[in-house]
Amino acid sequence: MSATVGRADRANAMEELRHVGHPEVRIDGLDKVTGAAVFVDDLDFGPDLLHAAVVESPHAHARILRIDTSEAEAVPGVVRVVTGADFPFTFGLYMQDRSVFARDVVRFVGEQVAAVIARDPRTAREAARRVRVEYQERRAVFDPIEALATEAPRLHPGLGDYPHVPWFFPEADSNVAHRRRTIRGDLEAGFAAADVVLEDTYRVPRYAHCALEPHVVVARQDHAGRLTVWAASQSPYTQRNVFARALEPLGLSHQDILVITPYVGGGFGGKAGVSMEILGAVLATAVRGHPVKLRWTREQEFYNTYQRQGLVARLKVGARRDGTITALEHRLFWDAGAYVEYGANVVNAAGLSATGPYRIPAVALESVCVYTNLPPGGPYRGFGYSEFTFGLEVHLTRLARAIGMDPVEFRRRNAIVEGDLLPYGAHMNPSGLHRAIDRVAEVIRWGEEEAPQRPGGKVGKALACFWKAPAMPPNASSASFLKFNEDGSVNVTVSGMELGQGYLTVMAQVVAEVLAVPPDKIRVETPDTDRNPYEWQTVASHVTWSCGNAVRAAALEAREKIFAVVHAAHGLEEGSLYLEDECVRCDTDPEFSLPLRDFVVAGIATADGTYRGGPIVGSGTFMPEFSSSHSDPATGQGGHPNVHYTVGAAGLTLEVDPETGKMEVRQAALAVDAGKALNPSLAEGQIVGGLLQGLATAMYEDMRFDESGRLLNPNFTDYKIPTAEDVPDEVVPIILEVPQPDGPFGARGMGEHTMIAAAPVVADAVEAAVGIRFNAMPITAERVALAVARKEESHPWAST
Amino acid sequence: MGHRATLRVNGERWDLEVDPAETLLEVLRTRVGVKSPKVGCERGDCGSCTVLLDGQTVRSCLVLAVEADGAEVTTLEGIGREGLAPVQRALLEHNSFQCGFCAPGIVLSAMELLAEHPRPTRHQVQEALAGNLCRCTGYEPIIRAVLAAGEGT
Repeated sequence: MSATVGRADRANAMEELRHVGHPEVRIDGLDKVTGAAVFVDDLDFGPDLLHAAVVESPHAHARILRIDTSEAEAVPGVVRVVTGADFPFTFGLYMQDRSVFARDVVRFVGEQVAAVIARDPRTAREAARRVRVEYQERRAVFDPIEALATEAPRLHPGLGDYPHVPWFFPEADSNVAHRRRTIRGDLEAGFAAADVVLEDTYRVPRYAHCALEPHVVVARQDHAGRLTVWAASQSPYTQRNVFARALEPLGLSHQDILVITPYVGGGFGGKAGVSMEILGAVLATAVRGHPVKLRWTREQEFYNTYQRQGLVARLKVGARRDGTITALEHRLFWDAGAYVEYGANVVNAAGLSATGPYRIPAVALESVCVYTNLPPGGPYRGFGYSEFTFGLEVHLTRLARAIGMDPVEFRRRNAIVEGDLLPYGAHMNPSGLHRAIDRVAEVIRWGEEEAPQRPGGKVGKALACFWKAPAMPPNASSASFLKFNEDGSVNVTVSGMELGQGYLTVMAQVVAEVLAVPPDKIRVETPDTDRNPYEWQTVASHVTWSCGNAVRAAALEAREKIFAVVHAAHGLEEGSLYLEDECVRCDTDPEFSLPLRDFVVAGIATADGTYRGGPIVGSGTFMPEFSSSHSDPATGQGGHPNVHYTVGAAGLTLEVDPETGKMEVRQAALAVDAGKALNPSLAEGQIVGGLLQGLATAMYEDMRFDESGRLLNPNFTDYKIPTAEDVPDEVVPIILEVPQPDGPFGARGMGEHTMIAAAPVVADAVEAAVGIRFNAMPITAERVALAVARKEESHPWAST
Repeated sequence: MGHRATLRVNGERWDLEVDPAETLLEVLRTRVGVKSPKVGCERGDCGSCTVLLDGQTVRSCLVLAVEADGAEVTTLEGIGREGLAPVQRALLEHNSFQCGFCAPGIVLSAMELLAEHPRPTRHQVQEALAGNLCRCTGYEPIIRAVLAAGEGT
C-alpha cells in the first residue's frame, strides 16, 4: 500500500477526477455489440481436436462394482476411454474431498464416472452410453437435518483425513464437513433483557447460476509436456494452482501449466474455482498432442457444476420495546452436497456475518456444512449472505411488528456504524447504511398507501438491509503490469476476469486517472497465466478494490519513472511535474508541456545526442496485510477474517393479484455504498441486473429434485429465469459513496450485494399485501394464490 | 453427409455437404466459421443462437441446415460492416451488455423489431426480446437502448 500514498496522490486530491467516477463506455463494449468478443467455445483448434463426453452416475449414492469400457472402445472414432483408475487424483480449493472421476463410490446423480474421447462430439456421446457400469446402491440422504442424525449414511468416511485450509473444522465420522461458530457477549442475559423473543425456522432451496455460456474447457498437453488449458473461468490462477496440486503425481507443476481465459459468458460464482475443468486437464494428458474439448450441455450445467446451497436457518432474536436488539442466535444448516471443497467456505462466510449489518451485544452464530447426496454446493453471487438474509430480514420485520415499532425505524435504531464491534470482534469500517435506509424509504414512499393499479389488487411495501464482506484467504492478492506504447497508448495486464461486471473498464479508468491517458487508449484484456501477473480469483466482489489497488500502484510507479526521466533530461524538479491531457506539465514552468508519446518508448534526446529514459513500464501489487484467519475455533474471536463490509438497503412496492397470485414489482429501489463508484453506469448495471436475479430467486426459480436425488428441471423450460417481460416497472439504483480508506479512490466492491436483499423484501411485501407470511423460498404465484385461497376458506371474513 | 445445401451467409455463397441431423447452428459455427451465434441451450429456450433467416429471426439450434438450403442467413458478423447500425451504437453507448454472450442474438432481435416498428413502445421492445435470455443486465439497459435507437437519439 505504501506506493499509493505520498506526493503522487497530490493531483488526485486537489483536482477533480477526470476519468474515475465518470460513466465511461465499456472498453469491451465494441467487441460485444459487433460479435467480435471471443469465448472459449469460439476458438478453433484444427483437425486434431478431440471431443470428450462423460459417463454419469444414475444413482445418488452407490458403490461402483465394475466398469466395462470394451464396447465403447470398439466404437469407430473413439480414441480413448478413461476412468477413475487412470486418474486417482483428488482436488479441491479449500478442502480436497473430490476425485477427478468418482472412485469406488458415487455421491450424486450426474457425477462423472468415466469419459470417452473421440474424434467428434456425437461419437463421444454415443460411445459414453456404451460404457457399462455396475453399481451397488447405498442409502442416500438429501436433507441436511436428516444427514446430521447419527443413523444417517456417512458420505465421506475419509473426512478426517482430507487436507483443508486451517480455518475449517471437519468432524470425522459424521457428515459435518465444517462448523463455524462465532460467539460474543452474554446470550442468556441478552434474551432475558428482551421484551419480546421471536423464534422461527426459514428454508431456502438450491438455485442455479444460469450463466448463458455453459462451462467449456479445451486442453492440450504438447509433446514437450506443456499443458495448456483454455477455460471459461473466473479464476485462471486458482485453476492453475488446483491443476498443479492435483496433477503433481504426473510430474506437472505450475511452470508446466498455462491457463488461458478468454471472455466469459457470465459467472455469478459458477465459474469460480475448478469444477468440470479438471476433466479437460486430465483428459489432455491421456491423448498427448491432441487438444481435447469438453462442453457441458445445458442439463449438465444445471446438475454438475456448483449449485447454490440449500439452507435451513433457525433464528432466535430478542428486542426491547424501545427497539434495541438485545441478542441474536442464528443456526444455519447447509445442504452442501456431495463435495464441499468450495462450498464449505460459503458456510464459513455466513458463520462470521449472519447477524446482518446490526449492532447486537450478544451473538451466537453457528453455521454447519452438511454433506448430502445432491450435486456439490458452491459459490453463487451473494456467497451465503443471499441465503441467510432471507430469513434474517423477514424475522426482523416480524420482530419490529411484535414490539409495535415501524420496521424501518427498527432497522435505523440497530444499524451498524463505523467502529462498532463486528460479530468476530474486529471493528466495522466506514459505511453509509443509515443513509441507504433513508434514501430507499424516501424513494418507495415508505408509510404511504398506494392504490392498486388493477381491480382487486393488493399492494405491499417492504424494506430490508444487507451487508457482505469478501470471503477470501487472508493472503488473497492482486498484481498488475503496465507498459506504454510508441503512440502513448497503454497496455495493462491483470489476471482478474471480465465476467461482464466491467472490471477491465474500471481498471482502465484507474490507469487513465493516474496517467492522464483517456480510457480508450488503454487496453486491458483477459489473461493468460504466463503473460499476466497473479490474481487470486475474480470472486467475492473484491477485484475492483484489490486489483484496483494493484493497478493504481503500477500506474503510480510508471508515473514516478516518467517524472524521473523528465527530471534527468530537462532538469525540472520531480515535485513540480504533473500529468495532464497525455502530457507532462510543470507547476513552475507553465510553458512546459511534453507529450507522453514523444518519449515513453523512445526516451528523451539531450543536446549531445544521447537519450534519457526508455520504455516506461510499471508494476503494482496488493495484499491486505491486516487480514488474518486465526481465531478461537470455539468462539470465532480474535482474528480479522474479513477485510471490510459493503452495506446497503433495498425496498420495493409490489402489487399482488390475490386470485392468481401474480406479483408485479411496481417499483424497486436499491442503495449500496460503493465507497466510490469508479464507473457509475457500470455500478448501476450491477444494481439493476443483480436485483432482478435476486427477485427471480424469490418469485419463481428453484431446483426441484425427485426422491432419488435426480434434478427434475435442468433446463430453461422448467427452470424459469426472467425474460425482458419480467422486469420491474421501475428500478431506482442509488449509489452511496462513503469512501473505503484502503480502496482505490475510496472504492469497495458492490456487485454481488445487489441481489442479497431481494428475497426478504418480496416476502415482506407479499405479507404486507395479502397478510400471509412465507418462511420458505420461492414465493411463487402458485403458492401465493393457494395460500390466499386457504386463508379465505378458514377466515372468510378476512377477505375483501 | 450427402445432402447438398447452398446457403448465403452474410452475403457469401457456401455450397456445403451436410448431415441431415446437423443444425444450422452447428454448420454456421463449425463449417462456415461464424461464431457470433452461441451455443447456450440447444433446445430453443435461450435465444443465444439467434440468426436472421431470410430476414426473420430464428433459433439456429432448432433449424436443420438442410432446411436453410437456398436461404439468406445473416449473423451479427454481417451487420454493421459499413459502421455500427444505430441500435448497435445505442447498445454500446448505454453500456447495455455485460458478459455479452447474449448480445449477438439480442442485436438481431432488436434489428428485426426496428425494421418492422421503427418507433416501438417499451412493451413492444420487451415482447421482441422475450425470447433472448440475459442473466446479467436485468434487461433495463438493453430496453432503453433499443427505445433510444427507435427514437433516433
